[in-house]
Amino acid sequence: MIVEASRSNAPILRLEGLEKRFGGVAALQGIDYDVPVGIIQGVIGPNGAGKTTLFNCISGIIEPSKGWISFEGYRIEGLAPHKIARLGVSRTFQHVALFKKMTVLENVMLGRHPKTRRSFLAAGFRLPGMRSEEEHIREKAFECLDFVRLADLAGLHAGTLPLGKQKMLEIARALATEPRLILLDEPAGGLNMRETEELGDLIQEIKKLCVTVLLVEHDMNLIMDISDRILVLDFGKVLTSGTPAEIKENSAVVEAYLGMEAAGILM
Amino acid sequence: MGKKNWLILLGTAVFICSFPMLVTKIKAISHYVDVMVFAGIFTLVCIGLSLLMGYAGQICLAQAAFFGIGAYTSGILTTKFGLDPWMAMPAGMILSGLVAWIIGVPALRLRGHYLAMATLGFGVIVNIVLAEEVDWTGGPSGMADIPALQIAGYKITSDIAWYYLVWGIVFCALIFCLQILRSRVGRALRAIHEEEKAAECMGVPTASYKVRVFILSAVLAAIAGSLYAHYVACINPSSFNLMWSIRFMLMVMVGGMQSLWGALVGAVLMTFVGNEWLRMFAEFEILVYGSILLAVALFLPGGIVSLASTIARRRAKRASALEDAVS
Amino acid sequence: MGTDFFQYAISGLTIGAIYAMVAIGYNAIYSVTEIINFAQGEFVMLGGLFAVFFAGTLGLPLYAAFLCSVVLTGCVGLAMDRLIIGRARDTSVLSLIIITLALSIMLKGGALLWWGKDPYSLPPFSSGGPIRIAGVAIQPQALWIIGICALIIIALTLFFRKSIYGQAMLACANNASAARLAGIPVGHMVLLSFILSAVIGAAAGVIITPVSMMEYDRGALLGLKGFGAAVLGGLGQFFGALVAGVILGLAESFCAGYLSSGYKDAVALVLLLLVLFLKPEGLFGSGEAARLKKY
Repeated sequence: MIVEASRSNAPILRLEGLEKRFGGVAALQGIDYDVPVGIIQGVIGPNGAGKTTLFNCISGIIEPSKGWISFEGYRIEGLAPHKIARLGVSRTFQHVALFKKMTVLENVMLGRHPKTRRSFLAAGFRLPGMRSEEEHIREKAFECLDFVRLADLAGLHAGTLPLGKQKMLEIARALATEPRLILLDEPAGGLNMRETEELGDLIQEIKKLCVTVLLVEHDMNLIMDISDRILVLDFGKVLTSGTPAEIKENSAVVEAYLGMEAAGILM
Repeated sequence: MGKKNWLILLGTAVFICSFPMLVTKIKAISHYVDVMVFAGIFTLVCIGLSLLMGYAGQICLAQAAFFGIGAYTSGILTTKFGLDPWMAMPAGMILSGLVAWIIGVPALRLRGHYLAMATLGFGVIVNIVLAEEVDWTGGPSGMADIPALQIAGYKITSDIAWYYLVWGIVFCALIFCLQILRSRVGRALRAIHEEEKAAECMGVPTASYKVRVFILSAVLAAIAGSLYAHYVACINPSSFNLMWSIRFMLMVMVGGMQSLWGALVGAVLMTFVGNEWLRMFAEFEILVYGSILLAVALFLPGGIVSLASTIARRRAKRASALEDAVS
Repeated sequence: MGTDFFQYAISGLTIGAIYAMVAIGYNAIYSVTEIINFAQGEFVMLGGLFAVFFAGTLGLPLYAAFLCSVVLTGCVGLAMDRLIIGRARDTSVLSLIIITLALSIMLKGGALLWWGKDPYSLPPFSSGGPIRIAGVAIQPQALWIIGICALIIIALTLFFRKSIYGQAMLACANNASAARLAGIPVGHMVLLSFILSAVIGAAAGVIITPVSMMEYDRGALLGLKGFGAAVLGGLGQFFGALVAGVILGLAESFCAGYLSSGYKDAVALVLLLLVLFLKPEGLFGSGEAARLKKY
């Protein structure tokens, strides 16, 4: 499964002055950051730091109050989510948002939507090309399922899968859109150690496909292990950023998460 | 088109084709052919509504308005302008689709209760217009003498001819919609129904699709309306009011929202209930409809079709349990 | 020309008071449960017809008929919550809409069976002809309507500000789980909201019947227009409901007077659509809050 690699070395995602207010609450208070292309970018921060709001802004579910977001040089803040998906950004959700009544295969096939064209009238009149397009969609969907090793469960209803496999399925669905940037929102939530390890391997495989990964996680081991760079948020602002090694050393980060005494213990 | 659906389609087609021949043999129920003509017309309305409510998950309480737009367009164009009925029908379809587009774009941005009320309000407004514009529509007493349809010079007047015409069109519509459902569009619609935000993040233009389904359902209702106008030859606004919109919704719910076959089953069943079995208890009609709607919503939200599939599933489970016990 | 204007204004205020009361009924249930009760209009219809029964058939004096009718309709609201809504509160939005819709149809069907299709009337609350002020004729009943509506608004405001029940209801509206944790019996508050909205609706029905009669199928249109007022004022905003009801009533009355009486019903509905399409949070609601609502 090859994804078209982006040619330049410019940052794939740029955030400038990003702000989001909900009534009186400022979820994001001015984020400036560039995400280099082709890396695994971790995003950490205590609860309420604004991580999910950030993801929602990037994927288009909410519109930022101020500032802008550019993906591959293209301004995307305020665009409708489906347009952003077509541009090459995909995501998973913290509370798995699978189509539970559809089968595993159908969930992934849905992910092919932005890559296909035939619409209502073509479908209704069964114009030529429908069948081959469907075949093509199935093929690609199976490729994605193979990638996450769920191909043998293709016919099951998505709602019947255990949580670990559901998370994998969501990733397969997101990959089916052939994104160049994928946002993973707490993919390890609820997974046991073995599943988390497999997830880590999988994310590394995704990176090999030249897909940039933005990863929000609470599991520190996972983030520190696989991230190339880490962005730390607190109270909607960038606290600091750097390599995992740099972040581990940063007392401000530990303080933000765990308080001063823990800082002493961990160092 | 999925083996299961092909089989059901075939079986239903056989039944529908042979129905008149069986029924006209028995004097007491030979008028069932006439009832089935209405049932077919209503099925056409319900197919669109089922797509809208069951698949795209959008509630619409204005189906009768589009039904009425189709009926009155055909009526006005054929009686006042002498247009050929087969030209008037597409005009009704286009008008209905246009109105659905104009209303649908702002309305389908709404959710749940707001959408229900918006469609309710729109439906009542259309009904008021039909009753008020006396010069065009004949006002509350409606219009009469709508000419019959003709195919190649042969006037369609007998019940049997109407029966085959209507059900032929119903089957075309069924096939069209079944094809849509098994395509990527159908998948997208089901996705929108379950997790709209996730579907949108996977590239599905949800707002646009909702509007398109709305337009499709309006066009189908308009075709049904045109057929209705030519069949009964005289129409008045009371056939296109809120109670009718609710009747259509009841048909879809009773049959089962999640399946096009549910629309068919529900429409046929409720047409017989309304035309035949409630005829003697006309004052009870409203109360009975309300009770059925409540009962279905509370106890069988999936409708008759879901009952059928539950029974089938239980049989399959029992069969496999039996196998395990025996082996 | 001048007297016409005031004449229309008076009748607009009168009918506007009714719409405001229906809107308040919607708000009462909505603010506690976030459910829109499609049967709200039927409460008004029942209020009027029950009063006709008590005053006409049973011969009770008007004030007694008023009271009995309001109480009886309140019982209908109680039954509705206990028997049906209680069972269905966690179902999907679609199911809830259909359930309250079905209930409204059943009430209408029941009314048809009991009272038939004819419209019924009540004698006006106080006898005597129209009061003439500067050439404008004001029916005493109109003053009764406006007066009773004002009384109800004041009573409600006091209820929500001062009474512990009222404040408990508002707490449920804000956050049902927190309210439950604080020991507020949310189920009872929902019941109370249904009874309250039934009572207010019934009162509206009784006071409007002497003016415009009442029949079994009036509920739907009244309910729709009342909802229009509720949305225009901002769902859950009691003061907004009052203002919006008056606006709607005046708009309808002026349209009927100056433009076309046949389309007067459409005025409120068109306004409803405009509000829903352009500013669904209404005049006094908050945009952000509207977007965060469950439904």
